[in-house]
Amino acid sequence: MKVRQVSIFLENKSGRLYEVCRCLAEAGVNIRALSVAETADYGVLRLIVNDPDAAMRAVSEGGFTVSETEVIAVEVPDEPGGLAGVLAPLYDANVNIEYIYCFVEKSGSSAIVVFRVERIDAAIRALQDGGYKVMREEDVYRI
Amino acid sequence: MDYFNPVEIMERSELEELKLRRLRETVERLYRQVPFYRSKLDEAGFEPGDLRGLEDLEKLPFTTKDDLRDNYPFGLFAVPMRDIVRIHASSGTTGKPTVVGYTANDIRTWADLVARTIVAAGGTPEDIVHVAYGYGLFTGGLGLHYGAEMLGATALPMSGGNTKRQVRLMVDFGSTILCCTPSYALNIAEVMREMEVPREQVKLKSAILGAEPWSDEMRRQIEEELSLSAHDIYGLSEVVGPGVSIECAEKKGLHVFEDCFIPEIIDPGSGKVLPPGEKGELVFTNINKEGLALLRYRTRDISRLMVEECPCGRTHVRMERITGRTDDMLIIRGVNVFPSQVEMVLMQIPGLSPHYQLVVDRVDNLDILEVQVEVSPQVFSDEIKRLEELERRIRDEVQSYLGVGVKVRLMEPRSIQRSEGKAVRVIDRRKI
Repeated sequence: MKVRQVSIFLENKSGRLYEVCRCLAEAGVNIRALSVAETADYGVLRLIVNDPDAAMRAVSEGGFTVSETEVIAVEVPDEPGGLAGVLAPLYDANVNIEYIYCFVEKSGSSAIVVFRVERIDAAIRALQDGGYKVMREEDVYRI
Repeated sequence: MDYFNPVEIMERSELEELKLRRLRETVERLYRQVPFYRSKLDEAGFEPGDLRGLEDLEKLPFTTKDDLRDNYPFGLFAVPMRDIVRIHASSGTTGKPTVVGYTANDIRTWADLVARTIVAAGGTPEDIVHVAYGYGLFTGGLGLHYGAEMLGATALPMSGGNTKRQVRLMVDFGSTILCCTPSYALNIAEVMREMEVPREQVKLKSAILGAEPWSDEMRRQIEEELSLSAHDIYGLSEVVGPGVSIECAEKKGLHVFEDCFIPEIIDPGSGKVLPPGEKGELVFTNINKEGLALLRYRTRDISRLMVEECPCGRTHVRMERITGRTDDMLIIRGVNVFPSQVEMVLMQIPGLSPHYQLVVDRVDNLDILEVQVEVSPQVFSDEIKRLEELERRIRDEVQSYLGVGVKVRLMEPRSIQRSEGKAVRVIDRRKI
């Protein structure tokens, strides 16, 4: 139910994002989804990939500071109100969201929302009780 | 071995007599043979015969680094050049280098002093001494080398740099004592980790570290990462090189070998001698040196003297580890800042990497001090708010310690240049 996200510390200077992506490319890692959070001096690159172990190894050997974070991926209908709908059970269960990012599935019928929350087990329960499909790890990597 | 030379445990009264005799001889000789000292003593209205007791030392004039520069290269030597068998020079970061010369006796005395330091750090003739100080004009490499040989240990003249090779040979040859700068010891530990060398393949038991200021927090880290006993060694080429003082097993201050150097602590402003225990500028007078002997040489190093007896049995006075210099002192918006203070604060924050750098700049006539710190996996988080908390914590702690505002910048690992000698801790971009 929990998906492994690879988080990488990047200094805000030219060529660093390219360097990370080059490491991943050389290791044959395919990026499924990504988001970047940035400040004036640095950023954190967050990735969902097809092979987290290979990605962690490649990036850390490339000299980057990297860590693994557990997140949840939920399938929601790709239509107006889709995101609002999935947020309701979390709000009701009093689960605070640290950050989210979304991507649209290839078939185009549904979108996938990645959540980083503080109380991950409570969040999974709330979503399942609300009738949402929390994706299995393998299925996310295979998208 | 408890000590190398019996003089290390000589009775205080006997030691005082020896010091006075040697001081008298030195002053008389310098007055006769070094025109610089003759005119300095004449100016001060001091004749060698006026020296009745050790308390008269404070009537003698000081010698400064500028005096050495003004008499560049050999002007202060007290013997003819044919008696000089070795030259060393300090890395002249500004202006001319400081040149020092040794007679054959001086080289033996120096080697004896360094042998004492190796024994104080737990060394015996059985040891393999891995000398990773630079060889050359710098006194570090050859100083430790001759000391190791004098002790009868095995000297391994590695010099600095090529850290992977250092680690390989350390394992292959079974080095037991590491001699280098504290920042290089950390660098070696880091490379050892990268090379995945198992600790049991490394025979190191102690380290003799010096040539740059460091903190107790840094010692703890070095001792933990390399599992050895780390000893602070002190020295400067003007006085002799490494071997002026060393930490014994107690690690509560460094024994100054008083049969060769008389230490004083002065107020750097007024030049007045301060009572034992007070902090001030360290001053040395050579009393057992032929080639170049300096009277009351101002080191610019800040320390204090501890006259209490040491449980190790050595009778020689101890100096506190150097806590800063009167001249690497940064003045940021009117506040005195020593890099060692920043280091102390950083090392107290768990998980923080020991690699840091201070960048000073002046923007719109305002000094900006930026503390650059590498983000280690231990402190990294995928959440910006946690990283910002870390930045804030470092900033608050450094600010409250220094009393001056700083900016903290988080850096990627290995983006701060690694030292293969003295670490570059400060980049001053101010144009003043």
